[in-house]
Amino acid sequence: MGNYFQPEIETASREEILAIQNEKIVKQVKHVYENVKYYRDLMDEKGVKPEDIKGVEDIHKLPFLSKADLREAYPYGLLGTDLKNCVRIQSTSGTTGKRVVAFYTQHDVDLWEECCARAIVAAGGSKEDVVQVSYGYGLFTGGAGLHGGSHKVGCLTLPMSSGNTERQIQFMMDLQATILCCTPSYAAYLGESLADKGCKPQDNCLKAGIFGAEPWTEEMRRSIEKSLGIKAYDIYGLTEVSGPGVAFECEAQSGMHINEDHFYAEVIDPDTGEVLPEGSKGELVFTSLDKEGFPLLRYRTRDICILTREKCACGRTHVKMTKPMGRSDDMMIIRGVNVFPSQIEAVLLKEGYTPNYQIEVDRINNSDTFEIKVEMAPEQFSDIVSINQAKEKKLEQAMRTMLGIGPKVRLVPPKTIARSEGKAVRVIDHRKLHD
Amino acid sequence: MAIQQISVFVENKQGKLVETVKTLAENGINIRAMSIADTKDFGILRMITSDNAKTKEVLSENTVVNTTDVIAVKMADRPGALYKVIDILSKAGVNIEYMYAFTASDALGAYVVFRVDDVPHAQQLMDDNGMQSLNNEDLI
Repeated sequence: MGNYFQPEIETASREEILAIQNEKIVKQVKHVYENVKYYRDLMDEKGVKPEDIKGVEDIHKLPFLSKADLREAYPYGLLGTDLKNCVRIQSTSGTTGKRVVAFYTQHDVDLWEECCARAIVAAGGSKEDVVQVSYGYGLFTGGAGLHGGSHKVGCLTLPMSSGNTERQIQFMMDLQATILCCTPSYAAYLGESLADKGCKPQDNCLKAGIFGAEPWTEEMRRSIEKSLGIKAYDIYGLTEVSGPGVAFECEAQSGMHINEDHFYAEVIDPDTGEVLPEGSKGELVFTSLDKEGFPLLRYRTRDICILTREKCACGRTHVKMTKPMGRSDDMMIIRGVNVFPSQIEAVLLKEGYTPNYQIEVDRINNSDTFEIKVEMAPEQFSDIVSINQAKEKKLEQAMRTMLGIGPKVRLVPPKTIARSEGKAVRVIDHRKLHD
Repeated sequence: MAIQQISVFVENKQGKLVETVKTLAENGINIRAMSIADTKDFGILRMITSDNAKTKEVLSENTVVNTTDVIAVKMADRPGALYKVIDILSKAGVNIEYMYAFTASDALGAYVVFRVDDVPHAQQLMDDNGMQSLNNEDLI
């Protein structure tokens, strides 16, 4: 048995959890139907009335929301309350350049931070701890979420944000950080940097790490645990639903508990939309049960995973999800940033190139490499080297603006990108991210 | 009169250059002059051939080819010959992007190919200063 941030709810019986969910969903659907025209139209179209939803067993009757809906409704179309009631905006990259913008009331921020607090306590955190938050701060939810969670637990919070490895290491050592929160690839990088400085794993005061925002494997977990001398915990979340802490790992390190009192999870067949029984592999769908600002119902995450309600050694009763095992769309996560091939295509067309390209992603020394080969037309080719290089640089800059991370761009002659059965292979991902 | 140069994009991959040159050999095309500019990722093969139209046609099937006008100026076999030419271009404000030397034939002698930002102007300068330069017909 471990420690809990909110023991009553985290270890509530299945019946109690269901009762809470049933009560919340009825209210939530009514609230959304009355306040969110976009979703009301979807419900009307499907012929579902708020009265039809009497509990979570009726959720399957509701229409889905997808990233396309978020784009369509950008920016205010899915807002669930008056803007003056909102206190925060967070954002994530979306397809074709439009970002996903999520709104939070104080209630929403509090529940999100409480979820992160549960994750920190599950990783062994308490008032005694110094939490180094090395996720990016700003629009990205990583920094804000764990920062807020750390405050809620009462830890001494080090708001480092990402980057500046020298300073990260100095503060980690001098201020004796005990819990590290960042992306797994950055944790691995910090481990290597410490080793390069001649620091042994036992030289730091870290005992645990909470790592998420990008896919990682069990192998990577073991390597991070060894290099930093810690226990490494996974955390899952997405801006559309709130942010990190939608689900988190406990000491059992065998899947992440979904905070079911706030987020109802389903697994569906990505092709038919049919709800699959517990234990089946499928696409994860979330319904927020009590968010006010951005209350998404049946949001399709595109993450493929399995849900299980088997009893957990930690004493928590909330459903567990496996690490995402893949995507039901073509989104890639590169250096923690969501990248869609469609965004790359949009940049190429805008810059006057054909959409014949190939993305090559790899992970070298625990850091993602990202290269895009672009076929050029004869009229785009110059006999002067510097002009060709300037074209590559200009494309790299345009990609950086669109994606938020900069790829290496390489211009190649037409018809040089491998095609299989006439269809160009768009993405080559050499990273082995899923066990 | 300016002459035509063919530029070919060559990926920095084993076998790419040989493929290009083999195509020319198989099509009976004579390379009169050439130079390669190389970067980490790609090379640009610049050539003046005996049949530019055919060169363009046969190479276009597999890679990117473009045609540029350049000036091939005859070089006297004595110190200062190159200086004299570049000095004229420089004083007139004509920029040289790149250049390379070649021997057209025993009879024609040594030439330097200039890729400049203003070809007609450079050609005029050569003509006005009595500098001999090649035209396309000389190379067939």
